[in-house]
Amino acid sequence: MITKAPRIVTSRVDLDDSFTLERYLATGGYEALRKALSMSPADVAAEVNKASLLGRGGAGFPAGRKWSMLRQAPVRYLVVNGDESEPATFKDHMLIERDPHQIIEGTAIAAYATGAVQAFIFCRGEFALGFERLQQACNEAYEHGALGADIFGTGYSLDIVIHPGAGAYICGEETALLESLEGKRGFPRIKPPFFPAAVGLYGEPTVVNNVETVSNLPWIISNGADAFTALGEGSSSGTRLFALSGRVEHPGWFEIEMSKTTFRDLIYDPSLGGGIVGGKQLRAFIPGGVSAPWFGPEQLDLGLNQDAVGKAGSMLGSGSVVVMDSDSCPLRVAWRITQFFHRESCGQCTPCREGSGWIEKIMYRIEQGLGREKDIDLVLDACDNISPGLSWPPKQTTICVLGPSIPSAVVSVAKMFRDEMLVHVKEGGCPFPADSVRHG
Amino acid sequence: MADLEQSPGGITVTIDGRTVEAQKGELIIAVAERAGVFIPRFCYHPRMKSVGMCRMCLVEVSGPRGPSLQPACYVEVSDGQEIVTDSSAVKKVQEGVIEYLLLNHPLDCPVCDKGGECPLQDQSMSHGPGESRFDEEKRHWAKPIEIGPLVLLDRERCIQCARCTRFAEEVAGEAFIDFAERGDRIEVAIFPGEPFDSYFAGNTIQICPVGALTATPYRFKSRPWDLEQVETTCTTCAVGCRIVAQSSAGSLVRHLGVDSEPVNQSWLCDRGRFGFEAVQAPGRLTVPLIRGEHEFVQTTWHEALSRVANAVTTALGDKGAGAVGVIGGSRLANEDAYAWVRLAKGVIGTDNFDAQLGDGLPASLIASLPRATIEETIAASTVIVLAGDLREDLPILHLRLRQAAANDGLRIIDCSPVASALSKVATWRPYRPGEAVELARSLVATETGDGVVVVLGRPSLGEPAAEIAAAASVFANAWPQVRFLPALRRANVHGAIDLGCAPGLLPGRVALEDGRAWFEESWGSVPTVAGLDTAGMLAAAASGQLSTLILLGADPLSDFPDSDLAKRALEQVDFVVAVDTVLNASSMLADVVLPAAGYAERAGTTTNIEGRVSRLAAKVVPPGLARADWVIATELADRLGADLGFESLDGIWSEIERVAPAYSGCTLQALAAPSAGDGIVVPLKSTPVGLTLRPRRLDPIATPGIESVEEQGAPLAAGAATSPGGEPEATLGDEGDEVAGGDAVASKEATLGAATPANPVATRSCAPGLLRFDPEAWPSSAPGAPPANGTWRLVVRRSLYDHGTLVQSTASLGSLARPQVLRLSPTEIDRLGVTPGDEVRVSSARGELVLAVMSDGAVPDGVGLVPFNAAAIHETSASVLIAHDAPFLEVTVERVS
Repeated sequence: MITKAPRIVTSRVDLDDSFTLERYLATGGYEALRKALSMSPADVAAEVNKASLLGRGGAGFPAGRKWSMLRQAPVRYLVVNGDESEPATFKDHMLIERDPHQIIEGTAIAAYATGAVQAFIFCRGEFALGFERLQQACNEAYEHGALGADIFGTGYSLDIVIHPGAGAYICGEETALLESLEGKRGFPRIKPPFFPAAVGLYGEPTVVNNVETVSNLPWIISNGADAFTALGEGSSSGTRLFALSGRVEHPGWFEIEMSKTTFRDLIYDPSLGGGIVGGKQLRAFIPGGVSAPWFGPEQLDLGLNQDAVGKAGSMLGSGSVVVMDSDSCPLRVAWRITQFFHRESCGQCTPCREGSGWIEKIMYRIEQGLGREKDIDLVLDACDNISPGLSWPPKQTTICVLGPSIPSAVVSVAKMFRDEMLVHVKEGGCPFPADSVRHG
Repeated sequence: MADLEQSPGGITVTIDGRTVEAQKGELIIAVAERAGVFIPRFCYHPRMKSVGMCRMCLVEVSGPRGPSLQPACYVEVSDGQEIVTDSSAVKKVQEGVIEYLLLNHPLDCPVCDKGGECPLQDQSMSHGPGESRFDEEKRHWAKPIEIGPLVLLDRERCIQCARCTRFAEEVAGEAFIDFAERGDRIEVAIFPGEPFDSYFAGNTIQICPVGALTATPYRFKSRPWDLEQVETTCTTCAVGCRIVAQSSAGSLVRHLGVDSEPVNQSWLCDRGRFGFEAVQAPGRLTVPLIRGEHEFVQTTWHEALSRVANAVTTALGDKGAGAVGVIGGSRLANEDAYAWVRLAKGVIGTDNFDAQLGDGLPASLIASLPRATIEETIAASTVIVLAGDLREDLPILHLRLRQAAANDGLRIIDCSPVASALSKVATWRPYRPGEAVELARSLVATETGDGVVVVLGRPSLGEPAAEIAAAASVFANAWPQVRFLPALRRANVHGAIDLGCAPGLLPGRVALEDGRAWFEESWGSVPTVAGLDTAGMLAAAASGQLSTLILLGADPLSDFPDSDLAKRALEQVDFVVAVDTVLNASSMLADVVLPAAGYAERAGTTTNIEGRVSRLAAKVVPPGLARADWVIATELADRLGADLGFESLDGIWSEIERVAPAYSGCTLQALAAPSAGDGIVVPLKSTPVGLTLRPRRLDPIATPGIESVEEQGAPLAAGAATSPGGEPEATLGDEGDEVAGGDAVASKEATLGAATPANPVATRSCAPGLLRFDPEAWPSSAPGAPPANGTWRLVVRRSLYDHGTLVQSTASLGSLARPQVLRLSPTEIDRLGVTPGDEVRVSSARGELVLAVMSDGAVPDGVGLVPFNAAAIHETSASVLIAHDAPFLEVTVERVS
């Protein structure tokens, strides 16, 4: 169902000057921060907790709960994760470029609510324009009095540092991000401690929130938690940005109400994805980023609801939906995904470091028609040594979740398209059109 | 780590169905190991922080949501936890990790130095799948690459365990290596243009669990199964690190560090690791030499010893016992030193004996200081370091202090005229050279002194030792409970001093006058007056009062800070005898040269900075006709008509234990007990401290290349050699057999219980008391004088790699000797109008030198730093500038136009 939900995080991104302070102020900018600062930090946190704002970075952990887990300490940090690097995920990129002030305002609200006086926004290094606009917005916010000492005369002070990443996907993993912020190598930290809320940046309790997550905060403060929970269903309230790509007529981002809208709506509705290119048949789709197990046509009517998708054996993850049609070679898609993880493995844990490369090589071999039938079981067993049991949610032999992300695509292909794999092996080549993936 | 070794208790866990007691905070891997369950691992090292990278130690651990795979090297035990290390799930993961590790690891074991002692090889056999399913091309790199002067890196073999990088950063604090790139392209790398130039680099080779890091000197030298090994003690400096010396075909080929909890905790410096090469130096003396008309002539021991005996007899007849002097003794084992002291003081009758060369501290000060051990120093509330740069002088002491400061918050006050390597983790209190006493006074005025340990050495050869002694007195006067850790650097200098190689001292830290009666009883006679130290002997020789000089492994021309005096002395003296392993600048001028057995060629004991006595083992035979020093002393005594009665090292040790009060109770049996691998600190305390330790276990994964020390047993006086893992070939003496053969701990305690007096002095009716520290005996002589305009005060210090005999006889290290440059502060460089690299003329009241200048921020204005013994020939060494009795070394510096 397509609902007439308000656009919460993309309300001004269609405007040419959406990234400027003037436009931001003209469209109600920084009013939410003023309102938040007139409330107590605990009340702001309570409002956000009530709103059931699920984290938009991938794990979907409720932001309010995350804040409440912060260890008591004289120093606390807020870190905003803008290191969006996963293939087919391009929502934060857009928000950073088109509405940086909204991120600054959301960051300030989150910092106020969590008692942080220093925040960092970790912006993917490749977002050159985004980084520039974010830094510009930050500078403007200081001049406007929305950042720095004694914000709007309320006595609350906050500094924000915009920090560019250096080109590693793994730094989107929150503990690797913290290491990188500290000037160290981007290696995810060993757990326990499990949460930065206990031991985070420089060992202090730290909240790490996603760019889209904090972008929701000004609206929630302005309109109240009830208005937010009126949207969506269950814990999946509000709207969410989806990045739709692959073999659809209208690839791009869409902000839609959670739960009520289905994958079918997202992919086929003329106002959204507009259906499969050339009216072909949908073969499969990835519901939540390349770490997620795939769905087939039978899951099209699932609502965009975190719990429902989880129960069905996958995740909404980073909110990126990739569509494959009857011309798409699923093996090639899976190989490209393993290639990505191979390139981006940090190299810390043996299974991920060595397994990612081997799995990619086997997938490539099969896709190119050079594989053997036993390679299918071989690659699954290699995956099993990274994620024992190949279950969902996954178990892992690695420190972070990049490891168990590798098998998702491989296992999906082996489950859903074993016949196609065998065709590759028997015919000694790929039966699909050569350019079937690059279209996506 | 140490505190986890205490008696288990507190909580219980189940490991593979067995109930095991453990303490909160212990790691699963350590608890399992204690219970006899070996969990395979690569990255885990008990002396470093866990990183959980290799994933080899995954075991099933029960939790609220059922069992899950957890890294045993990282997860701590909790009460009631169920741990399963051998389930099918665990085995599958372990086989998976081994298969993954071998994907890109070249199977070049037949040509790999590590082959045969390789944890990856071993665990592939014990925990691997047995075969690989990998058909693709392995990763390739250029190899090996030289990342430092002693370390080669083969990146193809690397399994990315981060042991080397962690060691460099966490333990050594010298992060010259780190990971570069990511994923399966990850590599250990140096920074561009910065080699792995750390004194501790060799440790990374030893802890590497594969053959990725190999030692340039050891590469392709031997296979592990060809090695014989013996546990012994390193004598390249005075820390006394425990090592195993490994030989192949009768030659030493490798040293590895042994994990001795109180001393080196498995680490070694590269000088210690590679210094054994000096034993096999091409210039080793093999035959006695006598001076011919133009050059040395080879002769027999009979002829050489007769000449020495004649010279000594002549000197005694002409001028009396005071005309004979002995310089040196630090190179010697304790038994050798004692034999020479008994010869000099009991037979010849001279007290002119000094193991130091004017570059240390007064022996009677060292012998009398209330001591702290390294462990006690690290546990101190504050450590005051008043010494040279410990990284250069006593590298492993530096390492222990640095680690304690950086990782455990030990408070260190580094008193040094120029910043030292330790200053980075300490409070640096610079003082103007010559004004150490003023600094000590200001410290006692501001510090409470509770639990203070002072590491006391010689901060600069450009200021007199007496001033450092006076500074020590300031501390002791203000803080009666203060204890000291001496930081003299040369090999067995502390053992030599303890055994009387010093004027005014008799064996066992006894003053000459206090011990005269006691030693006359044993020796027959003892000198009546206190003799001269090295400076005194050289002055006496230069003025013709001293006519026979015996150099016991000493090179005053190179090592005495005032080379002008040394030169005049050696020119003037009638007869010079050199007892040494190689010729040096001074022994080139000798009349007779006697070839001595060197390190690893003779057994015995050595005493370190703490007073820790540990055993030396012989591993190879001395070259040619070279003899142990104690044999030479005994033979010479015989020529002089005295029978010392020495027939074996054990016999000498028994005499030392009997007559030297500080060594009372430190019996042969105690030293031979397996638990005494860490040595025994003398004088013994009322409780047998250090002797109730359980026998050490060695983790073969943590320090590959060493078989279990426990299996090997104690090092034996006879120099027992074993093949790695084999049984000792030689046995102890009669008494020792009983101890070594029975329940080691129980029988040792019994032995020591009887032999350990509450007060060692009280057990013998007339044994003299130990020398007591008398702060009043060390007054400050030099009132601080303000520096004259246009002058600099020079700090002259040792470097680890210098032009001394040991380093220059070590093929791998000789070329690493630090250049002789003058370091000045950047502002002073500007003020002089020179650029770094320019030559300047440095002039003191004594002499002048032309040196290149370097800019160094660690050097304060008005001070200059010059390395000692850093020139190929002593005529251009910094010692030409030094007058040994001046209160400080003041120089002018000018451009050489």
